[in-house]
Amino acid sequence: MKFTIALAQINTRLGDVPANLEKHIELIRQAGSSEAELIVFPELSLTGYCLQDLASSVAHRPSKDDPFFAPLLEASQKIDLLVGFVDEDRRHRFFIASAYLSGGQVVHVHHKVYLPTYGLFDEGRFFAWGDAIHAFDTRFGRAGILICEDFWHASPPYLLWLDGADLFLFTSASPGRGLTEQPALESARWVEDINRAYASLFTSFVVHTNRVGYEDGLNFWGGSTIYDPNGDLLAKAPYHEETLLTAEIDLNQLHRTRARLPLLRDERTALVMREMQRIVGDRQPGQATRRQAK
Amino acid sequence: MEHEKIDLTINTETVRQILTGFIRSEISRAGFSRAVVNLSGGLDSTLSCYLAAEAMGAENVLALRLPYKSSAPDSLEHAQMVIEALGVQALTIPITDMADALIQRTPEMSRVRQGNIMARLRMIVLYDQTEVFQGLAVGTGNKTEILLGYTTLYGDSASAINPLGDLYKTQARQLARAIGIPTAILDKPPTADLWIGQTDEGELGYTYAEVDQLLYLLVDQRYKPEDCVLAGFAESFVRAVWERVRRNHFKRLMPPIAKLSNRTVGYDFLYLRDWGT
Repeated sequence: MKFTIALAQINTRLGDVPANLEKHIELIRQAGSSEAELIVFPELSLTGYCLQDLASSVAHRPSKDDPFFAPLLEASQKIDLLVGFVDEDRRHRFFIASAYLSGGQVVHVHHKVYLPTYGLFDEGRFFAWGDAIHAFDTRFGRAGILICEDFWHASPPYLLWLDGADLFLFTSASPGRGLTEQPALESARWVEDINRAYASLFTSFVVHTNRVGYEDGLNFWGGSTIYDPNGDLLAKAPYHEETLLTAEIDLNQLHRTRARLPLLRDERTALVMREMQRIVGDRQPGQATRRQAK
Repeated sequence: MEHEKIDLTINTETVRQILTGFIRSEISRAGFSRAVVNLSGGLDSTLSCYLAAEAMGAENVLALRLPYKSSAPDSLEHAQMVIEALGVQALTIPITDMADALIQRTPEMSRVRQGNIMARLRMIVLYDQTEVFQGLAVGTGNKTEILLGYTTLYGDSASAINPLGDLYKTQARQLARAIGIPTAILDKPPTADLWIGQTDEGELGYTYAEVDQLLYLLVDQRYKPEDCVLAGFAESFVRAVWERVRRNHFKRLMPPIAKLSNRTVGYDFLYLRDWGT
């Protein structure tokens, strides 16, 4: 099966959900007219990124009763959407979240699990940590969503892979940093390297939508990409420019790559469980490990 | 032991794209379309002026030449070269009378006091002109001088946005060369031009080329001072520079507000300047 995917590499207004929603509707319309069946927006696409104390005032529940999700759910009758937002749960914890909408339904919500709280980042001050990594079914096969720092750790993509995901949907609001004589900033090169590595290691499609624009002195580098199960680059958006990147994904590539390179078939999950149990689970407090006792 | 040369080469095209985008974004989202720059005839303000002109269009940039009677004559000439090369709008407002009104109240006022008075007067003129021209003040401070505190608080360091503040002097120079500023400005020794014969490197006691490599290790690469000594920098140099960075940190922060309430500006009232835009 082949389908066209659209990556909405957009700029946003900080804390202005109505304006950002308008932009979503416009991009959805454009994507639809280029026959895309799924459009992927960046991290926090409805709110902007450096929210700080705005986090609690821009939250919206992904449901038909919410005035901002209602039009998005309506639009999802014609094209599947992945949108970034702040989710407030029933106990008033706020999460950096992405929602997959299809056929008027909220199919899946992912809460960002890893919140960078170091250097320039301060997400852990304002948001709750998500506690689930789950793949979910779409009409394009089984997919998984991760948000920025989630895929700066190898464990969430690995878990999604084992949970059946063949299509990785990564979204970011990644600030550009790391100046050298190379044209691409170090942060861009790092992310491209790991996205290619995940596509290769997991013999899966890895789609990454990053935003562009500025918030105070932070620039967002764009450079959205799609890698195929061979680790080959299918499409890439320019750095720093608003772009609607469209590409065709041929899901039959999964068959061809995995017949050649059955890494998934050979993955020994029981061994992983045993060794994780030994490393993490079996250690008694106060007891030396075998290595230390020598 | 001599240290290995630290490579501070930047990709000037990438930097140019990011910085012009930054200027355009930060000015327009604040509701303005114009920029004002104090053009001293030196490299940094020239670079800011070039970037602002590229970002906003030359007709939307106002360059101010603000000489004092003891300013080097070529400062004015070099600033004029920039104005003509870019086609930006320009005003020349001597600060001599304003400064002397204060300076002459104290017989034999120290150079430092006089220099700070001039720097702060230039800030006053800059901000007054931003109101007239309806533009934002674009800063000119580079990363080296910000870290070393080689600035006048509320003087030359005052601006609405600062495109050069994350470039070491060595890197700003590369960008300036790539962007095509006049060679006369590229080649002359950096100076604050606050008194005759003043040069940055003379005042600091070391060259930018040398201190930028050390700052890159200490700041960007998070080297401990001891590691810099092991890497071949003289211990007295390392200690002097790191102490200077620490001592001048106050110039980089808002003054501390004494916390009394549950929510205090500067501690837990946290929004970006770009709030809502």
